[in-house]
Amino acid sequence: MEVDLSVKSVSKRFKSFVAVDDVSFEVEKGKFFSILGPSGCGKTTLLRMIAGFEEPSKGAIYIRAQNMANISPNRRPVNLIFQHLALFPMMNVADNIGFGLARRNESKTEIRKKVSDILERVNLPGFEAKKIHHLSGGQKQRVAIARSLVLDPTVLLLDEPLGALDLKLREQMKIELKKLQMEVGTTFVYITHDQSEALVMSDHVAVMNEGRFEQIDSPQNLYTKPASPFVARFVGDNNRLPGKIVGCNDGTAELQTASGEKLLIRTDRQLTPGVQAELYIRPESVILEPAQELPELNRLNVLVSSILFDGANTQLLVESPASDDELLISLPQNRQYEHISVKDRIEIGWDARAGNCFPLP
Amino acid sequence: MSTLGKATSKLPLFIFLTPILLWLFLLIVLPHIDLLRMSFRIENDYGDMVWSVSNYLEFFREPIYWLTFTRTALYAIIVTFLTLCISLPVAFYITKVAPPKFRGFLSLLLLMPFWVSELVRIYGWMILLRESGVINHFLVEWGILQQPVEMLYNDVAMTMGLVYTSMLFMVVPLLSVMDSLDDSLIEAAFDLGSNMFTIVWKIIIPHAMPGIASGSIVVFMLSLGNYLTPNLMGGKNALWFTEQIYNQFIASFNWNQGSAFGFLLLVLSSLIIFIGLRLTNQKLSKVVQ
Ligand SMILES: Nc1ncnc2c1ncn2[C@@H]1O[C@H](COP(=O)(O)OP(=O)(O)O)[C@@H](O)[C@H]1O
Ligand SMILES: [Mg+2]
Repeated sequence: MEVDLSVKSVSKRFKSFVAVDDVSFEVEKGKFFSILGPSGCGKTTLLRMIAGFEEPSKGAIYIRAQNMANISPNRRPVNLIFQHLALFPMMNVADNIGFGLARRNESKTEIRKKVSDILERVNLPGFEAKKIHHLSGGQKQRVAIARSLVLDPTVLLLDEPLGALDLKLREQMKIELKKLQMEVGTTFVYITHDQSEALVMSDHVAVMNEGRFEQIDSPQNLYTKPASPFVARFVGDNNRLPGKIVGCNDGTAELQTASGEKLLIRTDRQLTPGVQAELYIRPESVILEPAQELPELNRLNVLVSSILFDGANTQLLVESPASDDELLISLPQNRQYEHISVKDRIEIGWDARAGNCFPLP
Repeated sequence: MSTLGKATSKLPLFIFLTPILLWLFLLIVLPHIDLLRMSFRIENDYGDMVWSVSNYLEFFREPIYWLTFTRTALYAIIVTFLTLCISLPVAFYITKVAPPKFRGFLSLLLLMPFWVSELVRIYGWMILLRESGVINHFLVEWGILQQPVEMLYNDVAMTMGLVYTSMLFMVVPLLSVMDSLDDSLIEAAFDLGSNMFTIVWKIIIPHAMPGIASGSIVVFMLSLGNYLTPNLMGGKNALWFTEQIYNQFIASFNWNQGSAFGFLLLVLSSLIIFIGLRLTNQKLSKVVQ
């Protein structure tokens, strides 16, 4: 498989502050690659280095095997969609989209044709003469994407392009963007702080924290097999149960919480007895009022502190001595658990294989 | 409630506005009305004052007058253009290139010459440029010139003086309009394949257009109405239109002719600005914001 973008041990420091710290990754042709991380972790800085607006302090960036060092942004085969889109307010839609083509000295008729084709692509046919400030948020979004896509870049870089949209539109654009990417087959590098965007759209996701990549994996693996406590916390909801490893042999370990409960863990990870560790349980892995005969089940008695009704995503918040924080549990809406109400004492449980346990350094 | 309430709530505004309006009216509008009246009066053969437009016709009848005006207007346009060419990079540098902490200092540096009066500034230039001046001294000293040359009293020196005098009035509106230019627009243009020239031409100038227009209007008006600089630095045989007006008032004691020229200057310069705005597709209301 052809590699479109290859980033090799890239670091960026601003004076003494390290914004991007020894990051390496490769993106294959036609893939949708996301970089997911909290705000301020260095995502924009990394993207700006790929686009050529910042020089890496260390490391190298290759696009289709060509080293990008000392190549200015206007000569790189990549295009960047800015966080705030940066559409030109003094031009209409057609001039915005045709801007890059005109810089390549393409003929007027050629430009007009390409502009109308790409507008068709992004579902804005006939929008050529519209003024930028007459467009809605979602339409601006599409114009910004069209303006870059029309240049047929090797890699399209997107800096949180959906951040400014309201929730409903964001959900819709997420799906549209993924479809568009599959249709045109351009390699996308997409950065976001929204894990759902990253999971829904991407072929591969890199989770970034404080300038470093914590894990590069498929969305499924990221969710089910997080490589670090940070990934476990950041990708999806998770419950954290801290404690000490008290026993370990042959794929099973035992974690003792501060309140004395012993929890069974099935894991491939090597856990040495005596170390502090954290166990992470997904809300949907928790079984409410488990049947008595189920084997290898960790059980806790908890107090229901609130019910967060949200249709299919309704959740319970429960208190347990095993954790300082309240635990979050998915509450299936199949009427089976309708009798549960606030202040009830209930039993919860989870399979020994359901959790992810990380020894603390 | 509505009308009464509105009327009472506006009362304080009127109280505060009255002195200002009075001041404007007494000092600016009244004298102008009198000048306007005067410009339409001439002395007839019997020595009586009568109404007439011949003061205005005189301007078109005597080539010296309208030629002077044309020359003045042309030079004012050249000065405006040169000021713009110098101020654009200066404003760009201060707002976009210089480190943020130096921006205030640089703007202050720009303002500093304007703390002294125009007269002092012009004399400063004269000390530098005249035949026995500083520049000539060093040029001769270093053997670049055999003997001092007169650099003053020509159109080049005058143009330079006018540009220097008006710089501030161009830079200040440009600073604010450049400041409002989102850096990411420049970067986006760069990313889409622009070079520096197209960025300036397609992004920066269109964005700065309201500032360019308002700065240009001020600089044009100030240059056109300037008396001191053309008089002190310009050539002795090349007149500035304000000097013609001055001559009518002071030398010929013909106040009627002088006020007619004054109003012609006002009308013609407004006309030039109107045409300029039309040509560049700008709206006055937007420009003066
Ligand atoms: N030009 C710069 N000079 C100094 N620090 C910067 C600069 N650009 C970004 N940073 C710092 O680098 C860190 C990462 O910023 P950024 O890449 O924008 O994060 P993100 O896009 O993930 O929110 C931030 O703490 C920011 O303050
Ligand atoms: Mg960012």
